[in-house]
Amino acid sequence: MIAIVDYGAGNLNSVKKAFDHLGAEILVTDQPQTLATADKIVFPGVGHFSSLRTLDRSGMAKALLHAASTGKPLLGICLGMQWLFEGSEECNDISGAGIFPGKCRQFPSSVKSPHVGWNSVAAKEGSRLLRGVAQNSFVYYTHSFHAPLVTETTAATEYGLQFSGAVERGNIFGVQFHPEKSGDVGLSILKNFCEL
Amino acid sequence: MLTKRIIACLDMDGGRVVKGVRFKNLRDAGDPAECAAAHARSGADEIVLLDITATSGNRNTLLEAVRSTAHSLFVPFTVGGGIRQLDDAAAVFDAGADKIAINSAAVREPALIGAIAGRFGSQAVVVAIDARSTGDRFEVYISGGRVPTGRDAVDWAREATACGAGEILLTSMDRDGTQSGFDCELVRAVAEAVSIPVIASGGAGSARDFIEVFREGRADAALAASIFHFGLENIGELKSELSDAGIPVRWPC
Repeated sequence: MIAIVDYGAGNLNSVKKAFDHLGAEILVTDQPQTLATADKIVFPGVGHFSSLRTLDRSGMAKALLHAASTGKPLLGICLGMQWLFEGSEECNDISGAGIFPGKCRQFPSSVKSPHVGWNSVAAKEGSRLLRGVAQNSFVYYTHSFHAPLVTETTAATEYGLQFSGAVERGNIFGVQFHPEKSGDVGLSILKNFCEL
Repeated sequence: MLTKRIIACLDMDGGRVVKGVRFKNLRDAGDPAECAAAHARSGADEIVLLDITATSGNRNTLLEAVRSTAHSLFVPFTVGGGIRQLDDAAAVFDAGADKIAINSAAVREPALIGAIAGRFGSQAVVVAIDARSTGDRFEVYISGGRVPTGRDAVDWAREATACGAGEILLTSMDRDGTQSGFDCELVRAVAEAVSIPVIASGGAGSARDFIEVFREGRADAALAASIFHFGLENIGELKSELSDAGIPVRWPC
């Protein structure tokens, strides 16, 4: 069973629908204890970094970190991926998980923000999540803050600068784009996650 | 590189797509879910479904259409028409929309933009503006273009952005349905005034029109309804022409 974490912000329908389409057994949950019974965890995020405050309060942050430490595949999407880093300029008083180094920052003033639309990703070879994704495939983004390039970056995207479109270390995966809204390319990425 | 988006718009009345779909089988003609899927397959970057009658009586029809359209659509999906309060928006999101478009209600009550953005995120709120040239400026109209507001389109776009809108869907009433090209002057005036993406609408007739609105109008995306339905432009062919002209598009996709 794949647990989809609901932390009370935004709209999880699209993520749920995409996994349904792939035939995955899913459970949308706001209960930290449910993560213990899940085989895999998806942490979709939308909205403001400050909405992650509820994660600490509910014990969900702890449960996510614990589950990740047991080797369960964890996929953070959009804000969910940003949470995997140390924090975000969007809300300095909330810490991220710190699984990946660095802080999420705003785009330079030379480009419009938010970054909305289909942009290409240059996927690194060897990524388990992005297996089979052709070079310069297009994926759908909508975000105002970006994660830095790190050694675990598996796909970089350019928008005013280069940022992490996807990161991966062991059982921990993050994508800044929305695979559930990225057509066949996105579905193939979610399928890879299901098959891990 | 961030690409310019081509958005297919479905105008819906009573659960059916109404603008000139020329499928031969009338029974299936104009089913929103089928039209949306066909457009997505042919390369549309997003789908917009507008309930053009949007009377309170047919809300369930709209929600049912949203549900069936969203079911197997995996590109961004925007729904507009008759969203007057937060609860209306919540119901449309619940039915499977990724973004909602609000027009008249936002003009009457700009705080609605922030209320929806606060709950669902700015990325989910598209403010639709219908504007008509008065000669020296562009005036905002509401209620499906029937009621002039006296407001300046550029000023309103700025205010909507400040209220938390994630995108502006800007329709030129002068060009709508004419296939005589987008109003690049209007689009550029708004695109240069706001920090959020601007979707140009009204007047699409040929690939050249799209090239112009991306270059001269500085649009981030362009929307069309009738030309795609009438088959004048297959979205794939349009994108291929745009790509040849040096416009970055998601193609092949």
